[in-house]
Amino acid sequence: MSEVLAIVLIAAGLLFFAAGSIGLLRLPDMHSRLHALTKADNLGLGLLAGGVALFAGSLAIALQLLLIWLLVLVASAASAHLISQHALRRGRGQ
Amino acid sequence: MTDAHWIPLDMLLAALLLGLGWASVATRDLKRGVALFIALGLLLAVTWARLRAPDLAMAEAAIGAGIAGALLLAALRDEDRAVLPDAPIGGPRLWLLNLFCIGLAGAVGWGLLDAMAGSDGIRLAEVAGDHIPDSGVSNPVTAVLLNFRAYDTLLELAVVLAAVLGVLSLGPARPGFERAGPVLGGLVRWLSPLLIVTAGYLLWVGAHAPGGAFQAGAMLAAAAVLLRLGGRADAGLPAPGALRWLLVAGIAVFLVVGLAVIAPDRAFLQYPQGWAGGLILLIEAAATLSIAVALALAYTGGRPPGWETAGRLSASPSRREGQ
Amino acid sequence: MEEVEMTTVSQALLLLSLALLLVTLLLGLVRALRGPSLEDRLMSVLLFGTGGVAMLLLMAVLLAMPALLDVALMLALLGAVAAAAMTRRETHDV
Repeated sequence: MSEVLAIVLIAAGLLFFAAGSIGLLRLPDMHSRLHALTKADNLGLGLLAGGVALFAGSLAIALQLLLIWLLVLVASAASAHLISQHALRRGRGQ
Repeated sequence: MTDAHWIPLDMLLAALLLGLGWASVATRDLKRGVALFIALGLLLAVTWARLRAPDLAMAEAAIGAGIAGALLLAALRDEDRAVLPDAPIGGPRLWLLNLFCIGLAGAVGWGLLDAMAGSDGIRLAEVAGDHIPDSGVSNPVTAVLLNFRAYDTLLELAVVLAAVLGVLSLGPARPGFERAGPVLGGLVRWLSPLLIVTAGYLLWVGAHAPGGAFQAGAMLAAAAVLLRLGGRADAGLPAPGALRWLLVAGIAVFLVVGLAVIAPDRAFLQYPQGWAGGLILLIEAAATLSIAVALALAYTGGRPPGWETAGRLSASPSRREGQ
Repeated sequence: MEEVEMTTVSQALLLLSLALLLVTLLLGLVRALRGPSLEDRLMSVLLFGTGGVAMLLLMAVLLAMPALLDVALMLALLGAVAAAAMTRRETHDV
């Protein structure tokens, strides 16, 4: 039954990814889009990685996936900060 | 599961690739074009993964998306509103260019159709596959690059060196960036060791799993790019005297190994039985350093300070110093 | 190492998830093309990075290639470098 749980996790992750993309398209201004993108996508990736870890079933792979997710988190957080600072500096932010 | 199930995904991937490629070239705004180009590089890496080619995926991600993107952005640095001019050429020359491109596309398409028709030729891949256990490594890509076709790789390294010589002849390196703020500084401090360690891992693992010298070198270069973005104008590279040695290290080690193995029954670059694995690792380590330094120097855009006087016996400028 | 046991239903679902992820990336591409400011296009690059990592994770399971996890690691690391390169270039160079 871990397979069912894995599929559920992956589906949930996909949902958050979709939410992030829709937010990127539909939200009114740049900063809110940045919010939607970084928060939703990273959570989606985490859930997806959890599902993949369940499929793989090995501790080594699970740790590797955890490392990837943590790296993406750090990179996204720093990138989001850099992007919004850049926008503010150029006077486009709100 | 058959490949037929992948067809809808493949069609979508192909459409997205084509759309992204066209968009990145067709745009007038150059910064937008570069952003699209980087996205295209990332998608290409995913495509290579889909085609079961992890080595290519790694190389595409590191070089295509990472280094090439950074180089293009560095080229655009001076221009605030980087926009292409309107129709730089027109009339008959434009028509000729269009015809040429259509002809080229037709030739490529014809070649693709011919390949898909499945003509059975001599497939070197099978011959190579049979000999992989003798090659000293178990990763087929590394076996081909560093053993069966080692001479080609040697020449590729020479091409990279020639390109770097071209960059070095452009002039002094461009001035760096100002000091980074806390977030970027922290990112640089955390990421650059990780990039370096990953490069070492890719170099080591290339013998039996996807990886190798080009990928590791590109990751090291990405670390140098990151350091430079964080405010270090020298991009973490050593002094120019050592830089010269590192630049030629790849080719030098390759040549030395290739010549040293010559024996009555062995030709240039024909590794002796049982030594192949170790020699390949040695060559790849040197090549990694050379590639990394070459890409990093290309990113800095020219000769680092002190390049002309480095390695001279006296530090004072001599009569010949005119550049 | 990663010979995963999974039913054909799971395989089909994973394939569907891959396709949906790709559609998500397509939505992000629209923002990259439309987005009035440079920051919007930067966010699309971020999306491609995170989405690419997600796709690689799924493909690692579907194609049983653990090497793709290494590729995902590289994408995660390089995404941050790309974001830094794109935002940094605009600041006043000394």
